Amino acid sequence: MRMQSGWTLIGRMALLLALAGPLAAAVSEPVLDIGQGGKCVDDPRFMRLNHMKLMRHQRDETVHQGIRGGKYSLAGCVDCHASKKNHSVLGTDQNFCQGCHVYAAVKIDCFECHSSEPRRALAGEPLK
Amino acid sequence: MSCDHDQQRRQFLARGAALTAAVSIAPGLMLYDFARARPPGEAANPAVRWGMLIDTTQCESGCDACVSACNKENGLSGRTLPTDSQWIRKLELQQEDTGRKISMPMMCQHCAEPPCVDVCPTGASFKRADGIVLVDKHRCIGCRYCMMACPYKARSFVHEPVTDHSGATPRGQGTVESCTLCVHRVDQGVAPACVEACAREGHQAILFGNLNDPNSAIAQRIRSVASVKLRADLNLDPGISFVGI
Repeated sequence: MRMQSGWTLIGRMALLLALAGPLAAAVSEPVLDIGQGGKCVDDPRFMRLNHMKLMRHQRDETVHQGIRGGKYSLAGCVDCHASKKNHSVLGTDQNFCQGCHVYAAVKIDCFECHSSEPRRALAGEPLK
Repeated sequence: MSCDHDQQRRQFLARGAALTAAVSIAPGLMLYDFARARPPGEAANPAVRWGMLIDTTQCESGCDACVSACNKENGLSGRTLPTDSQWIRKLELQQEDTGRKISMPMMCQHCAEPPCVDVCPTGASFKRADGIVLVDKHRCIGCRYCMMACPYKARSFVHEPVTDHSGATPRGQGTVESCTLCVHRVDQGVAPACVEACAREGHQAILFGNLNDPNSAIAQRIRSVASVKLRADLNLDPGISFVGI
């Protein structure tokens, strides 16, 4: 294969960027209904990038070792970010989890088992 | 906020524990166990072994309070087709020669040597440090070896998509599940739903507690009455014992 000269490559990249600019602008960022919101358990930018790793780590500790009360829980996300309209983080492309996952084209399967609605209060008698 | 609610609950339970500690017949002999909600961040205690003592003489025929409480707590449909999940069943038994009838609940026996854990190819079936046998549904591939290995027929497979997530336990299609001994409640110092329901009906047929604590009500009762474990010949050392069978 013929080697491309440096200038040709830079030229092609510039053309690609010029074309991609308007295309990127056409896909608008999701407008999310963050529900109750408030102060997140960590820096929101950090959470956006790492929530899946944090939750996976904590989930293993909770399920296998019984460590509860960690701050990176799925139920915690849902408690704060369920929409006040439908009491869920799913439903429309404005809902907190669904909205961002649709935008990022990442399949979300947490809610096949977990509730997408805030926790109810635990009702029960203390151990005797 | 539910976090604040939990915190208040823990403080309330701690105060309750201090009160119950005062109710003692003699030093070292308590009427009640401590309410033991583990502090957040603390792992299950390997010195504890949770178990149950089921008194079939107190279990009323036809009563299914434990079954309905379990279904409600864990979001099960309550249907009893072969493809429906049943974490706890009521059995009505009759001895052939004498005609004696007994009624009893049957669920996961939370074995110390669980065969379901032995056969699981992915490590999804496991026994927690405090003796509760669970399925990590994130790792379960739905092969159902554990269902075949269990001599108590305690496990169920979720055949259909779960749409009702109102239960406290996450459940999903394609995974195996069984009685969790209401681990989510136990970790907060609350007795399992079936135990609570049985007591509410006034039957007191299920006693729950720490088998390893010699002062616990269950350990004291097991010391004082004759009890049996089901299929003791298999040497699985179940955490559930029965009186009156």
